[in-house]
Amino acid sequence: MDSKINKYSKELIIINSIFMLFWLTISIFPFIWTFWGSFKVKADFFSRADWTYALSGFNTLIETGATTTFKAYIESWTEGEFGRATINTMIVTISVVSISLFLGTLGAYALSRSTYKYTFYILIAALIFRAMPHITLVSGYLFPFFQLNIWGILPTTIIVLVAINQPFTLWLLYSFFKTVPKELDESALIDGCTYFQAFRYVIMPVMWPGVITAGLFSMMLAYNDFTVTALLLNQQNYTMVPKINAYLGTVEHGGNYMWAVASVVSATAPLFMIVMFFQRNLISGLTAGAVKG
Amino acid sequence: MPHKTFFWFFFPTGLAMILFIGLPIVSSFFQSLHIENEQVLMEVENCDPFGCKMNVRVDVEATQKLKEENPLGRFNGFGTYADRNHLAFDEIKEAWNTSPTINEFKDIVLNLPFYKALLFTLTFCFAVTPPVIILGFIVALSINTLSKSIKGPTIFGTILPMIVTPLIGSLVLFWMIDSQGIIGATIQILFDDPNLSLKASSGLTWITIIIYGIWHNTPFAFVVFYAALQTVPQDPVEAALIDGASRYQRVRYIVIPHLYPVATFIMLICLMDNFRVFEPIIGFKAEGVAQSLSWMIYQDLRNENKMLFGSAGATSMLTIIGIAILLTPVLIRTWREFKTER
Repeated sequence: MDSKINKYSKELIIINSIFMLFWLTISIFPFIWTFWGSFKVKADFFSRADWTYALSGFNTLIETGATTTFKAYIESWTEGEFGRATINTMIVTISVVSISLFLGTLGAYALSRSTYKYTFYILIAALIFRAMPHITLVSGYLFPFFQLNIWGILPTTIIVLVAINQPFTLWLLYSFFKTVPKELDESALIDGCTYFQAFRYVIMPVMWPGVITAGLFSMMLAYNDFTVTALLLNQQNYTMVPKINAYLGTVEHGGNYMWAVASVVSATAPLFMIVMFFQRNLISGLTAGAVKG
Repeated sequence: MPHKTFFWFFFPTGLAMILFIGLPIVSSFFQSLHIENEQVLMEVENCDPFGCKMNVRVDVEATQKLKEENPLGRFNGFGTYADRNHLAFDEIKEAWNTSPTINEFKDIVLNLPFYKALLFTLTFCFAVTPPVIILGFIVALSINTLSKSIKGPTIFGTILPMIVTPLIGSLVLFWMIDSQGIIGATIQILFDDPNLSLKASSGLTWITIIIYGIWHNTPFAFVVFYAALQTVPQDPVEAALIDGASRYQRVRYIVIPHLYPVATFIMLICLMDNFRVFEPIIGFKAEGVAQSLSWMIYQDLRNENKMLFGSAGATSMLTIIGIAILLTPVLIRTWREFKTER
């Protein structure tokens, strides 16, 4: 029977394939186009005269002597100090992921093992916190941060991103720890372990699938953030996304525009690689019911 | 787990959340009750050969001193909420009394900054969500029928628009629809109108941003629908097949009803997330014609030398009220789920 359910008529397969091609074009083509265009000069990427210039590199050939150029990349990484932004992003991302996983696993483990009613209220509160638009939180940070003189530096941003990230991490890991059988750590407790030892020696070895998923989401939040980083960091400490925005803000200087194009490619490439490797975790995380909120 | 152990396990994350999510909301509220100090004015006598004049000048020193003494500004109560840039009670009252037709009244109100932003935010929310649900469902059905070997890469391609940050996603699209980019230029050639540009009119810009929103949100709907499709029970489907139901009928009467709860879930999340729309406006350079509530807050804070904490705080509070309204159904839903679990 099963085979018949999954048997499709020829017409359906054809219509389906056409739709799928159409959809994939919409979702992927913009990225391919930007990638291709980043190796051209501005006159080609934005060519009013003839869009095929962007393919053939007509103006690129005239301006640089070859049909592809790394000019935008070289300039944005040297003059544009994009390398510095990359290092900042790496510092922020790695710190946010490790700190928020450390805090999140401890908290979520406690939430999943406690039988008292307050866990429920904590989870509801986390849901409400998760829904707060980041920009409203930022408007609350700025004034105290200026007064305390901790505005503009990386550690502040890191701790803020960790906190913003906690509600989601808690929910995700909470539903993951619920699937880890209670008997495992209970038997450790009976054998005389403390809760912390049970967590350390029994839970930690089996929690990695859930932790990787939570880590992936923390990484995407830290890596992609614009609202917090743009407003809480000073120009020198900008991470990649606000840096790209800064290139666009500076005068309509032809070169700078292509800097932004090249940096967009530099910033998205690593993200796509990571997602390619961890695609399974990403999807399981989104569907774990943890996306609530 | 005993209370004490629970406390120590939960303390670090709880502290982080209270300090950096709970307190900022309170701080935002306090800021919204204050307004920037007024500049201290002083009268100076200016004498020249033709006589003496009294001039009013800003006393820089005194202003600075006042700022240092009272950095948050002076207390203003709920004044900021009622001013022209927020709820604008006076302006609305005046418009109500002076405008002859209801349409004119509507025009005046919708041109006030706050209501203009609210209109865009809500339009965006409600225009994006239905297409996202429908498109996400179709893509999920479609990918579900693909053979296993190509499923993985297809799913990867499908989720790309979701994983890039909204700013980069909107820039990538913006560069294509720019009047000199590939799509923009092609449209100009197609309609034979060199001045046609998606940036030209506010209507077209709104549509562009809404299309971007659909592009960005569909992968999320797809992922959730796709996972839910794997849980559709096979027995009723088989029974329907034996009874001679066509593929369409099986989808319509068995699969779709099974997915209703998932669809409401996606709808609620989508509405809530899109209520904070902000980055696409910057990416598409649409500040002139499309403002959202979040963008208003950003605008108040972006200038380092002249941050309007009061105004930003008031808009934040009003945004939070909006979020609270949208969040209520989600909370009720979670509440019920918890109750049934226990």
